Amino acid sequence: MSSVEAVNAIPLKQRLAARGLDGLTMLVLPAALFVVALFIYPFLYGLFLSFTPKAGNAFANYTRFFSDSFLYGTIATTLWLALPVTIATLVLAVPIAFRVRLMKHQRLLTTLLVIPITLGTVLVAEGLLNYLGPQGWFNRTLMTIGLISTPIKLLHNYWGVMLSLVITGFPFTFLLTLSYLTGIDPALEQAGATLGAGPWERFKNILFPLLLPGLAITFCLSFVQAFSVFPSAVLLGAPAGPTRVISIAAYQAAFEEYDYSMASAVAMIMGLVQLAIVVLVLAARGMLYRGPAGGGKG
Amino acid sequence: MVADTRLSTKLWAAANWFLIGFFLLNLLGMIATVVTSSFATRWLGTWLPAGWTTRWYSAAWAEFQLGDVLSVTFQIVFLVVLFSGLLGVPAAYALARRDFPGKKLVMLLFLLPLLVPPITFGIPLATVLYRLNLAGSMSGVVLANLVPTVPFVILVMIPFIEQIDTKIEAAARVFGANTFKLFIHVLLPLLMPGILAALLLVLVRTIAMFELTFLTAGPTSQTLVVALYYAVFAAGVRAVQSIDAMAVVYMVTTLIWLVIALRFVNPTQIVARAKR
Amino acid sequence: MTIHAANFRELKLDKLSRDFGSFNALKEVSLTITKGEFIALLGPSGCGKSTTLNLIAGLLPATGGGIWLDDKRIDQLRPEERGFGMVFQNYALFPHMSVNKNIGFGLKMRGVPKAEADRRVAEAAALVHLQGQTEKLPGQLSGGQQQRVAIARAIVVEPPLVLMDEPLSNLDAKLRLEMRAEIRRIHNTLGATTIYVTHDQEEALSLADRIVVMREGVVRQVGTPEDLFSRPDHLDVAEFMGFRNTVAGKVTAVNGGTAQIAIGGATVTGRVRESVAVGQSAWVAIRPEDLHPNAPGQSGLVANLVSTEFRGREFVGFAKMEDGTSLSFLAEQKLQPGATVTLGADPDRVLVFTGGKA
Repeated sequence: MSSVEAVNAIPLKQRLAARGLDGLTMLVLPAALFVVALFIYPFLYGLFLSFTPKAGNAFANYTRFFSDSFLYGTIATTLWLALPVTIATLVLAVPIAFRVRLMKHQRLLTTLLVIPITLGTVLVAEGLLNYLGPQGWFNRTLMTIGLISTPIKLLHNYWGVMLSLVITGFPFTFLLTLSYLTGIDPALEQAGATLGAGPWERFKNILFPLLLPGLAITFCLSFVQAFSVFPSAVLLGAPAGPTRVISIAAYQAAFEEYDYSMASAVAMIMGLVQLAIVVLVLAARGMLYRGPAGGGKG
Repeated sequence: MVADTRLSTKLWAAANWFLIGFFLLNLLGMIATVVTSSFATRWLGTWLPAGWTTRWYSAAWAEFQLGDVLSVTFQIVFLVVLFSGLLGVPAAYALARRDFPGKKLVMLLFLLPLLVPPITFGIPLATVLYRLNLAGSMSGVVLANLVPTVPFVILVMIPFIEQIDTKIEAAARVFGANTFKLFIHVLLPLLMPGILAALLLVLVRTIAMFELTFLTAGPTSQTLVVALYYAVFAAGVRAVQSIDAMAVVYMVTTLIWLVIALRFVNPTQIVARAKR
Repeated sequence: MTIHAANFRELKLDKLSRDFGSFNALKEVSLTITKGEFIALLGPSGCGKSTTLNLIAGLLPATGGGIWLDDKRIDQLRPEERGFGMVFQNYALFPHMSVNKNIGFGLKMRGVPKAEADRRVAEAAALVHLQGQTEKLPGQLSGGQQQRVAIARAIVVEPPLVLMDEPLSNLDAKLRLEMRAEIRRIHNTLGATTIYVTHDQEEALSLADRIVVMREGVVRQVGTPEDLFSRPDHLDVAEFMGFRNTVAGKVTAVNGGTAQIAIGGATVTGRVRESVAVGQSAWVAIRPEDLHPNAPGQSGLVANLVSTEFRGREFVGFAKMEDGTSLSFLAEQKLQPGATVTLGADPDRVLVFTGGKA
């Protein structure tokens, strides 16, 4: 390199800065390294571990999982809980969100709904154990009204887990739907009305198509949450039978059989099923309009 | 808009209100059951308990060592809040202010721990922490809890920082502030409301975070929610009312912080954080 | 051209009111609009002009009074039952529909057969010069083009009434002038009755057949652009129409249509717009371009020059009177700040009001 070039050359530091890499950018490093070390690395480690089983060839864990109905059955069991809950909460959340968005004082309602999310699944499970029990207020009220003559069994079976997922899942789905819905410019609906569209046509032609991409995301997030159900499946369900969900299988492998390799394999399978559904929904979403839901110029 | 007064519209609205009312009624019923039971002397086969007492609280306090559990809980929560702030806020600042190659990838990196449910990544994470002899102790629990909270702080703070005009920082520089003074006198006061909101939400989330703590905690590093799980799991060993009293203690601790947090954030923000 | 305005005689607002809680946004406004007119609702923000438009469109329910389309009372109808066309401030184009679908939306809602709808959409697109853009999404269009789509969407349904809510406020200055001419051209072509809301008096003056000046929820004056420009009825209307100099004084003489007002040591003569009596206090209003420095020796409004600005052809001077009243005026040369100026105006260009800036 001649000395002239050396003088004219822009210093490396400046060239990097021009691409956005300077001291300030480095502030992202500690957090990024932390997430790599405690999220990405364990995931890769788990993936690797799942292929180094206690016995047998590299795929032994997976072979075992898919040949034992007690294990592979957990996928269907979990889906059978997660999908109906997600669809039901979404179907309920959409019309109610449409109603609530017109409310002036939404805050009280949204605050009440945030409570079960904040309290979490363990407390909801504990509460429902009392509330839904044969002597609980729920059955008692139904019997007083005369809808039933003997208490219905809502605990330690499918319904207990299902209802607990609805209690935590519905507010989540609803609040997410509401936040997407309020992101749609109200002038669009007004424009539809002045052009002769009645409430149903405005919903069908304007609001619903604009809400749909957000609903796809809501579906994914709600589904993934419901699919990873754990404490309520143990406490409210029948963890040995009808509500033996996939996270129970993973937990038992790790902390009861101390087979971390198998546990990792189950965790990977759990992740894959979630990913498959999410990819499916997002691929369908790819066909939708996804721009801003405002009527103005950007 | 001029109101729609057709009967069908009114019926539809009524049906919607009925549903939401029914949901809230059951939610409140569930919470009220726990509270009632925790003050009940004996409650079997009747609408209301036979009598009222507060002794279950002292019983629960002793049986479940609630004093120790609460102290552990708050130590863990404090450390998680502190470190998520220290790691998250600078990263959020860099991401809000700079465009660099690979930024999308970094954003994805921070999004994943929020999208993947804790139980899914918790099992491999716990495995790694056990291999490193970190699990079973407070440090392991703190590390595990930081995995979703650091990205959470980042994603909450980025839009908050973006809406602060960079010209304000430029102006401070022009008037002679160095980086440190800029940070202390200009940035920190401007960022404070956002940091406070983000950290309060982290606090609430960490108190209620069951899965990660459950998978990594040992006997001396259990938080309140994990202790509650074990108590409910082993129901029959203790009196139901005693467990309910513990549940009430848990609810009060969580809800106090929720109420404080809601002074700074909108309830919908608590769930809407992960949307892109 | 087969797009034409639907038939009706007049739209009547009868003591129309709208309260928001204890705030009266609109106070018993009555107004009659005849077919084919271009009416501008003009006023500062918060004067009730947009509220009026929303009440006519049915986007807000009225809290008092009525709206009549000929003999039919329409204020209880939902917006979709009124059949008006509306152009929104931010256009409110449906972002997920192509230009064609946006324009054709109203026709689809009315169940117009597809073949006819397609023909009318094409015609409307041609009218607003959007041929070749019709398969694009609104997000792919410029601001001016989006504006054209919004207008086409409103007129293609042949509404008896087209409502426009500050449609030009989002455009830059050059595009604003261009679209102003377009709106006028389209109005001339179709003859659609139009109600146009704006806070820009220049826009109102250049577009409207009649202007309705509003302030704090009441109609202050209705008139042609010429009327409002030279014969405002009230001081606040005058101020809004560009009579920027308003000075208080005492009436010393009234003589038919003119009056003399004593201000400081000087006497100003002007045309009476609100009847005044000798001895009363009154206000005079003068446009800056009508106020000039007087020849030496002549009496006038005495003021101290603060500054002058060069405006290309002439200078604009800013001065302060002894009591603190600010005056702006035209000067032919640059003047020294601090100098004392004596200002006067042609009595025909000076308006006299009783004051009371309502």
